Amino acid sequence: MEDEQSFSDIYGGRLALQRRCYSPSCLEFCLSCPRITLRSLTAVTCTVWLAAYGLFTLCENSMILSAAIFITLLGLLGYLHFVKIDHETLLIIDSLGIQMTSSYASGKESTTFIEMGEVKDVVINEAIYMKVIYYLCILLKDPVEPHGISQVVPLFQSAKPRLDCLIEVYRSCQDILAHQRATSTSP
Amino acid sequence: MVLKAFFPTCCASADSGLLVGRWVPEQSSAVVLAVVHFPFIPIQVKELLAQVQQASQVGVTVLGTWCHRRQEPEESLGHFLEGLGAIFSHKPWFQLCRERGSKSWSCKATHWQGPTSHAASGEDQVMLIFYDQRKVLLSQLHPPAVLPDRQAGDTTASAGGLAAVFDTVARSEALFQSDRFDEGPVRLSHWQSEGVEASILVELAKWAAGPVCLLLACLLSLVSAASACRVFKLWPLSFIWSKLSTCEQLRHRLEQLTLIFSTRKAKNPAQLMRKANMLVSVLLDVALGLMLLSWLHRKDLIGQLADALIPVADHVAKELQHLLQWLMGAPAGLKMNRALDQVLGRFFLYHIHLWISYIHLMSPFIERILWHVGLSACLGLTVALSILSDIIALLTFHIYCFYVYGARLYCLKIHGLSSLWRLFRGKKWNVLRQRVDSCSYDLDQLFIGTLLFTILVFLLPTTALYYLVFTLLRLLVVTVQGLIHLLVDLINSLPLYSLGLRLCRPYRLAAGVKFRVLEHETGRPLRLLMQVSIACILPCSSKGLREPG
Repeated sequence: MEDEQSFSDIYGGRLALQRRCYSPSCLEFCLSCPRITLRSLTAVTCTVWLAAYGLFTLCENSMILSAAIFITLLGLLGYLHFVKIDHETLLIIDSLGIQMTSSYASGKESTTFIEMGEVKDVVINEAIYMKVIYYLCILLKDPVEPHGISQVVPLFQSAKPRLDCLIEVYRSCQDILAHQRATSTSP
Repeated sequence: MVLKAFFPTCCASADSGLLVGRWVPEQSSAVVLAVVHFPFIPIQVKELLAQVQQASQVGVTVLGTWCHRRQEPEESLGHFLEGLGAIFSHKPWFQLCRERGSKSWSCKATHWQGPTSHAASGEDQVMLIFYDQRKVLLSQLHPPAVLPDRQAGDTTASAGGLAAVFDTVARSEALFQSDRFDEGPVRLSHWQSEGVEASILVELAKWAAGPVCLLLACLLSLVSAASACRVFKLWPLSFIWSKLSTCEQLRHRLEQLTLIFSTRKAKNPAQLMRKANMLVSVLLDVALGLMLLSWLHRKDLIGQLADALIPVADHVAKELQHLLQWLMGAPAGLKMNRALDQVLGRFFLYHIHLWISYIHLMSPFIERILWHVGLSACLGLTVALSILSDIIALLTFHIYCFYVYGARLYCLKIHGLSSLWRLFRGKKWNVLRQRVDSCSYDLDQLFIGTLLFTILVFLLPTTALYYLVFTLLRLLVVTVQGLIHLLVDLINSLPLYSLGLRLCRPYRLAAGVKFRVLEHETGRPLRLLMQVSIACILPCSSKGLREPG
């Protein structure tokens, strides 16, 4: 079953949280970030080209204009491929693991998979980032110390949703983790 | 725990039969390795599995049945399949079924309680995970075999969940030897069932590698023994060897070749990768060196180079003379001390004159030397570049001498100045206590000290300027040599084999796995596709999410 809800991120932008429940043991959350707007794109392009035209009137070299066009194109391609994240997906599979995927605007996807044996817990942490914000993170077990934590992996880093969205995701994750702990064979 | 069944994608279109694989109880997962087709004799199947278990130490058993039909199986087949469950008893017993030409799968796992009704046995939820056998086999995500006397199923608790799956597939090579078209008693279907995949070149290379390695290892040990003999450790020779970068590079190459051709096998994939990288870089080096050699000989560049070398050296000497004349005048408008200026200037000019005579003396032999140097490019481009760097060092030896003279003079002057400055203030350096103490000097000591201090201070600009000029020249030479050494280091240490693997066979450099949920219908089991995800070289890769927040 699928449902979609609308939330906002810490800057006030609109986020859409899509939740898909494939089975009682498999859940997927997809958080879509605000798209790149025509206004910001136009603003950046105009600034770059005005600056280039200003340089051109000083130097009378037409290479500056072609260079400005190249820079704008390459910069846009680089931004879409390496920086701008379209949506972030969290897939939790009971007794298998947790997978996080970031899809960039150019279609590139980067995935990280953490096995369930390494996951200690999923928690909401507070952070001070010019104001207090909340973020969801996965705590990984320390192989050496049974009660220690070796790493903290933050989730939804580019979407940065607010607490109400995080609580939704947190509740569902905890359901599955609780079920997994209850039926787990290892101590 | 949810039951998981790892099913190879190559068997998804195979005919009905028995599922053969390994059950991992800690992860509640069944790894299916192959499908045994009808008709078969159960005794022979059990014999084959026992053979495989002995050969590979993996606990391979019959896990269940696989049914690939046009419609739902009829009642008689259902009883037949249950009968099979009684012959090959395994808990839990899997029954996978797929309708031909459609995407709907069904999977049941039953705990067989004996010849009682189904109602007494439990049916659990099963998750189907498809995996590509070939990629899993070739990617090295399984832990390396540590002990040779490990029992089957031992220490899998320490190997993580998915690593156990990979380990199972990688160690079951014995099962993949016979395929569907063999005339044996048992017909199997797996990723090799279209014919065993192997490359003739690779097999030939493996077969020939043994004797070749032995021969080359003997040769190399002879060479290293010869180079380690006592003659080369005597003082003048050892000093020269340590200064020349060519000898350094040759020694490095010898070590690398010894490692590559050693008869010991690599212990783990990392060592194998390192050996392969070294081999590829040595081969590339030699290839580039031969290309350079052919280019030099085709255009007879060596003769031209030899002819051009003397005029270039003359030109450099002339420029240096002009520079010294400029320093001896009023350089940059500064006023120099005439007497000291003349002394230093003439001293250095005489040196340049000596150097030019030396170069002119050597001129008949230059071509021969250069020809032999060009021949050394056979050993590799790095050796040729090191020799070039050494030649530059030898040709600019006079600049090095000037730098040393200027530096020593300047150093002496600075020490003298600092000590006399302390005297001027009435202090002294206490060598015992390593600190500055006050001291009462006599009047004549103070007088002479102040005089000397004044002299040194007024002579400072001259010495400082000479020092500055020659240090800059020396810096220029060192920069050029440094760039050449950088290029040599780059060729030495670039991991070309790994880069090539990343471009051509990315699954060999696997960094992890990723899962994709396939089309899901309610009432059917959940199906996932497990893919091997490749290591990304770019910095903004999937590792970005793993960094601690």
